[in-house]
Amino acid sequence: MDQPERVDRPLDRRGDRLWAGVRAYGLIASMWIRSTMTYRASFAMTTFGNFAATALDFVAIMLMFSHIDALGGYTLPEVALLYGTAGAAFGLADLVMGSMDRLGRRVRDGTLDTLLVRPVPVLAQVAADRFALRRLGRVTQGLLVLAYALTALDIAWTPLKVLMLPMMLLSGAAIFSAVFVAGAGFQFWAQDASEVQNSFTYGGTTLLQYPPSLFAKDLVRGVTFVLPLAFVNWLPALYVLDRPYPLDLPGRLAFMPPVVAAVCWVLAGAAWRAGLRSYRSTGS
Amino acid sequence: MRLYAVVAAGGFRRYATYRVATAAGVFTNTVFGFIMAYVYTALWDERPQLGGYDLSQALTYVWLGQALLMTVAMMGGGFEDELIERIRTGDIAIDLYRPADLQLFWLAGDLGRAAFHLLGRGIVPMALGALAFDLALPANPLVWLAFLASAALGVVVSFAVRFLVALSAFWLLDGAGVAQMTWLAGLFFSGMVLPLTLFPGALGELARALPWSALLQVPADVFLGKHTGWGLVRAYAFQIGWAAALLTAGRLLQSVATRRVVVQGG
Repeated sequence: MDQPERVDRPLDRRGDRLWAGVRAYGLIASMWIRSTMTYRASFAMTTFGNFAATALDFVAIMLMFSHIDALGGYTLPEVALLYGTAGAAFGLADLVMGSMDRLGRRVRDGTLDTLLVRPVPVLAQVAADRFALRRLGRVTQGLLVLAYALTALDIAWTPLKVLMLPMMLLSGAAIFSAVFVAGAGFQFWAQDASEVQNSFTYGGTTLLQYPPSLFAKDLVRGVTFVLPLAFVNWLPALYVLDRPYPLDLPGRLAFMPPVVAAVCWVLAGAAWRAGLRSYRSTGS
Repeated sequence: MRLYAVVAAGGFRRYATYRVATAAGVFTNTVFGFIMAYVYTALWDERPQLGGYDLSQALTYVWLGQALLMTVAMMGGGFEDELIERIRTGDIAIDLYRPADLQLFWLAGDLGRAAFHLLGRGIVPMALGALAFDLALPANPLVWLAFLASAALGVVVSFAVRFLVALSAFWLLDGAGVAQMTWLAGLFFSGMVLPLTLFPGALGELARALPWSALLQVPADVFLGKHTGWGLVRAYAFQIGWAAALLTAGRLLQSVATRRVVVQGG
């Protein structure tokens, strides 16, 4: 009996495309790493700069706590837990997907066309474009603040609470990555509006670094139900800290981040495909 | 002089072209303004009169920071990336043959850029902030004028720093690292992340003496009426002093650097 033709089975093809995308991402990313290493002094400085840029944020929070004991009812180690989880999750997303915000420029100057004619998924090419290993600096800083929080906090650890930590980082990174992809889909139309995306990524991280008790209820509602950033760290972290939830939300929402991340990815994928389909070259 | 006015107008127009980007930037400044305003509200709830400001002054400080962020280029941006690129590729040789002074040429362009960013990305976030929060806006038009002068001096100090950064590319070729270090220092020591009056002890004194405090802290204090009479003169003198010192350093470095230029044929 002859084997049926594999290419006729859409599921396999989708799997192959995913593999091709991951492979292409790896190749392009390693090329950029080699290219960055040409200027080693500059690489060292920018990696440290990435570390320091975010570290200064936390220095500012420490300076605030030199004047106060609690901010919105939260102590410094508690804020550090929020800060570390938000920072590390966003840092991971920024490392893997941070280049997506260059898409608008590529649409404007027409260099996206080059990516379209290559036999490699466009998303992988755009995401790996100018892959910047220096962004590890931000991840490192977030993890260090998280480590400080875990040593300074007095938490009654349970297996569930321990599992919450890696889940927050991975699901959080996935949610932020989805925002990057959806933002890129938006830029097919908006072209030079990458700053709108920054409001949701950098702005979102800044928001999540502080306790939800600081912000107006409508803002908290927005980042829970509309753009579900609250699932990156607020809800799971408040479970770890045994703190009441904002808006009287039910406690089991703390376990939802992986589901929320998956839904975000489906929606972001749809936004990306819609954007890509509507793309018209500048012709220049 | 006419030449530099044309270059400044060009700098203004160049940024005015990107309308969607400007709108997107206004959105970002507003989002960050709101987040910081809530954080400052919680902070000043705990400690009223922190750093010598009351709550509405502190909130005004937040929105002034958002309004001036791009104007005084606290996070860098504007001309230095381009100048670094010209130095790296050797296009700088063409600039040096132009009948214009290198430093003044780029300063004029940067002033045009700053003027656009003040109008394009400063006014709207400030107005939105004033609608949503109770801000301490000066009633006296002279204070607004004094603030504009101080902000303009802030732009010149910022330019002078970034010009030095760009010239470092003559030695390093890739200026990205130095540029990043500088905008980091700029962000922290300008008072953008936290007013410098909240910095404790010696760190606070150092931060207020460094050139970056001329970018936000000084103009904000002028706006909030902290510097009047001779105090205002002293604030201006501080800004002018740093501008003069840094511009002179830039000029010296420029003459050393241009002697290093080796124009490659081809």
